[in-house]
Amino acid sequence: MSTSIPEATAPVGAPVQPAEEEFAQEQEARVMVASQWQLMWWKFRRHKLAMVAGIVALAIYAVALFAEFFEPFPPDQYAANYTYAPPQRLHFIDSSNGGIKLGLYVTGYKVAIDSFSLRRTFVEDPTKKIPVVLLARGFKYKLLGFIPMDRHIIGPVNQGDPMYLIGADSMGRDLLSKLVAGTRVSMSIGLVGVTISLVLGILLGGISGYYGGTIDNVIQRTIEFLRSLPTIPLWMSLAAALPVNWPPLYVYFGITVILSFIGWTGLARVVRGRFLALREEDFVLAARLDGSSEMRIILRHMVPSFMSHIIASITMAIPGMILSETALSFLGLGLRPPVISWGVLLQDAQNIRAVSTAPWLLLPGLAVVVAVLSLNFLGDGLRDAADPYAR
Amino acid sequence: MLQFIARRILLMIPTLFAISVVTFIIIQLPPGDFFTTYISNLAAMGESVDQSVVEAIKKEYGFGEPVYIQYVKWITKIVTKGDFGRSFQRGQPVTDLIGDRLMLTVVLSLFSLLITWVIAFPIGVYSAVRQYSIGDYIFTFFGFIGLAVPSFLVALVLMYVAFKYFNQSVGGLFSPQFTDAPWSMAKVWDLFKHLWIPTIIIALEGTAGLIRVMRANLLDELHKPYYITAKAKGLSEFKALVEYPVRVALNPWVSSVGWILPGLVSGATIISVVLSLPTTGPMQLQALLNQDMYLAGSFVLLLSVLTVIGTLLSDILLAWLDPRIRYQ
Repeated sequence: MSTSIPEATAPVGAPVQPAEEEFAQEQEARVMVASQWQLMWWKFRRHKLAMVAGIVALAIYAVALFAEFFEPFPPDQYAANYTYAPPQRLHFIDSSNGGIKLGLYVTGYKVAIDSFSLRRTFVEDPTKKIPVVLLARGFKYKLLGFIPMDRHIIGPVNQGDPMYLIGADSMGRDLLSKLVAGTRVSMSIGLVGVTISLVLGILLGGISGYYGGTIDNVIQRTIEFLRSLPTIPLWMSLAAALPVNWPPLYVYFGITVILSFIGWTGLARVVRGRFLALREEDFVLAARLDGSSEMRIILRHMVPSFMSHIIASITMAIPGMILSETALSFLGLGLRPPVISWGVLLQDAQNIRAVSTAPWLLLPGLAVVVAVLSLNFLGDGLRDAADPYAR
Repeated sequence: MLQFIARRILLMIPTLFAISVVTFIIIQLPPGDFFTTYISNLAAMGESVDQSVVEAIKKEYGFGEPVYIQYVKWITKIVTKGDFGRSFQRGQPVTDLIGDRLMLTVVLSLFSLLITWVIAFPIGVYSAVRQYSIGDYIFTFFGFIGLAVPSFLVALVLMYVAFKYFNQSVGGLFSPQFTDAPWSMAKVWDLFKHLWIPTIIIALEGTAGLIRVMRANLLDELHKPYYITAKAKGLSEFKALVEYPVRVALNPWVSSVGWILPGLVSGATIISVVLSLPTTGPMQLQALLNQDMYLAGSFVLLLSVLTVIGTLLSDILLAWLDPRIRYQ
């Protein structure tokens, strides 16, 4: 959209020029005829931090969607020679031979094995250069599940060469590839979990707010009950009950359902609140007097007017899901390898000695923080924009 | 007031009942009959299993009987005798195992609550009085970070820093010489010296929310005429602030214990696992991994009940502070 932000009032002090006045009037006219969603967009754009957060969140979801493209190597490809290999710096300009040559490369490793502890120590070897290209050829995959491809965003020119941009784990697997693979699982668990919560929340919150009375009371007490429980001990117990021999996909959904089991309460409260507020509105009464059916009143008249609030609440609910999954998997009760999520990756960092040899194992935590922060700021901006008529 | 307390306690009964049902379901959830597993484990270890003992245990726990009878037997023993069943893994009554750990969890959670308040209160007041100032923005930003960083990650980073740069381990709640020592003043002091690190980590998570609550509440009050009048009459800004609006804004704050406490108990659980604190967290995790369900279930039950009681106490405190609540 190329429209600029409408200003409601002319700047104070400066005498209003005729042209400016005309412009302001034009702006006002545009505000008058703008649709609700347009107004929200204008209001949202004024929230700079939320805009930036939104872009970051979109980028993270893009990585999740096209994960294979962003993985230089298959995330489960191990290399016994490169256990805990430290991150290599990506060089852009090759100036080692006196001249200046543009081109991406990483330096190879010199490996020393401590004969006593059998631990490898890696030292950068500036003479060994491993050329790196963007859109490199690598392992074959199907983009979005159906487009066969073998290009990856970055990779070594010779497919066998080591390239560990953010280091390797205990089995010499590329942490970057694992992090990207984890992005897909962690971010999608947030979405799936929120979807389940949303269905429950809209259903129960809607019933609660629309009908009121006894059923409202029962649902509200249930919500209060669920909210009064310490979640981690409860989640731990429920997650531990998932059968050990379940295939990864089942565990994934099992965990999501467990998280949504408590997560729906927040959304139900929002929905109920909106229903209560809207029930008394004139336009609902008008629709009722016109003889609309109850379903039509709810779906055609009420839902559109609180859709924006719901979207904002959803955005605010996703980070909670991501954090919960991370915590559970970190404890070893959530997702289990071979499934890769940020929480599963952080499990490697539980051992303090492993972390002190390979501090980059903490990087998945940074991914969690960035994802959660951006979704939080985005949700904050959406919430402010959700009610464009409020001044 | 008494009437209010009585009503709140009555309202707690269905909640407690629901907690017990949820716990019972959790105990029953693992597939297979853990009792059979226990017997076969005993047999596998070469211990002879006396059939009469088996029958006695079966009868005690009501195995083979309908689920609701099992539930009634289980809850009756807890309520009347304080008997939470046996830990099949450790072969001890649950009650013997959890006493100290439960207490330490309570201490940890309460201290975290205290710290949360101590941090959030002045910042909340400052952010409201100096709304949109640089300080307000900075605190808001750090508040958001506190919300976004999982507490166990903070603990991990802290452990890493302490290990790498100070060559120290920050785990545990006691120095080695006190671990198995009986309680004494010296041991309590030792506990306090170790307590502050996990306490602050746990507290960070709830602080951001509380700052927002305090800020919003106080902002509402600052626009009211009584505050303007007080200032117009020449009261110093500090006095006008602390004597009136802050007191009013404090009320919703007290009620926030209800939603903060569950979070703190959760936080204490996971932090304890990372820092290997001798609280309920690591033991519950172990119990769950071994499917030692009476032990694990008891933690869920007791932690939930304690949280609900904590919320009740905060409600009573609130009613005492703000008489309007009592008549709602």
